[in-house]
Amino acid sequence: MSEKLKLVSRVQAINWNRIEDDKDLEVWDRLTGNFWLPEKIPLSNDIQSWHTLKEHEQLMTTRVFAGLTLLDTVQGTVGAVSLIPDALTPHEEAVYTNIAFMESVHAKSYSSIFSTLISTAEIDDAFRWSEENENLQRKAHIILDYYRGDDPEKRKVASTMLESFLFYSGFYAPMYWSSRAKLTNTADLIRLIIRDEAVHGYYIGYKFQKALEKATPERRAELKDYTFELLFELYENEEQYTEDLYDPLGLTEDVKAFLRYNANKALMNLGYEGLFPKDQVQVNPAILSALSPNADENHDFFSGSGSSYVIGKAVNTEDEDWEF
Amino acid sequence: MSGIVYFSSVSENTRRFVDRLELPAQRIPLRPSDQPLAAREPYVLIVPTYGGGNGRGAVPKRVITFLNDEKNRSLIRGVVAAGNTNFGSAYCIAGNIVARKCQVPHLYNFELLGTTEDVLRVREGLGQFWLQH
Repeated sequence: MSEKLKLVSRVQAINWNRIEDDKDLEVWDRLTGNFWLPEKIPLSNDIQSWHTLKEHEQLMTTRVFAGLTLLDTVQGTVGAVSLIPDALTPHEEAVYTNIAFMESVHAKSYSSIFSTLISTAEIDDAFRWSEENENLQRKAHIILDYYRGDDPEKRKVASTMLESFLFYSGFYAPMYWSSRAKLTNTADLIRLIIRDEAVHGYYIGYKFQKALEKATPERRAELKDYTFELLFELYENEEQYTEDLYDPLGLTEDVKAFLRYNANKALMNLGYEGLFPKDQVQVNPAILSALSPNADENHDFFSGSGSSYVIGKAVNTEDEDWEF
Repeated sequence: MSGIVYFSSVSENTRRFVDRLELPAQRIPLRPSDQPLAAREPYVLIVPTYGGGNGRGAVPKRVITFLNDEKNRSLIRGVVAAGNTNFGSAYCIAGNIVARKCQVPHLYNFELLGTTEDVLRVREGLGQFWLQH
């Protein structure tokens, strides 16, 4: 990163008692409430499980985490930071600093996984692979170009794509292992990252939509075209990256459905409807349930199938605002 | 045929889903200072889930205030929830919470703005539902 970082031109003392956009405070509270550190997760309980993986399975998993480390490094050191000068409120700046810091926590988490499971030589190999893999480098460069560009809205689109789409070729692997009762502590850690990325993608996408409200129809059309073109460019690259990683395990097509499902969610975070039709986003139910145990069809009461007349499972937390 | 009551924050995600249903709907106001909504006929509630916080704060505060009113509460017949599977076991948990508190069925879940299939499913489903309730 040799170029000089653009800094905000004027500083206003941040007054949290005068909020211009309620979303800033809401998201700040949510992010700080979700704060965690990798040291809290007993990763060493996965050592035994790790040794049950075959060599090519270990290699895929190691490379996945090296790739994720690279992307989180981009987001922590450049991505979230590059959004700060574009912020409309001091509170928005504060949220971006939180996002940047958490991305650095995520990047460090992968190192915790590595040091628990593999040798220093294997770690070095994985990092070398991440520097040499063309498709991984290409995706980092596509995003970095927009971060360094001069269009604040395109920066937000690129950032949302990273948070809500580009991580998922990697996230698939720990969900896959978790669905087979392997590396379950590692999966618990990754789920915390996945939760954070949802808030990040939602917030940055929301700020993009706020900017669109004030834009001319021509500008809106330009940004919509740009978003879909960028998505296509990234998706094509993701397909190749996925083949690099998952072909040896025969999982590529399964991963691609997961990618398309998340690409649609990235678009929704930006306020657009999904692009890929239903039959192309059928995520393997085992993966979906590793991601969210509630994501099954139990709550389609309308389908009239069996015992779906659920009056709500017990919820062990109760907000104090309820008066009945 | 009865109505829909929904809440949507300034992100407008849930409002966009409700708009696509093309069914009569009333919005719970965003701010405590706004004129509160008073339900007058049976309705299905469509509510987003605020993610994170391990389930705390999952139901938006304005929705809780609306349901704390006994008249409003007496007219709820079911709940549809929005959420994001990234929140794991907290996915659409606002639907579970409201269903349990109000003793009504949790009808359906969808993610973010919902897909075209979700819109069709809920529109048809509600049509059937009101024939029976």
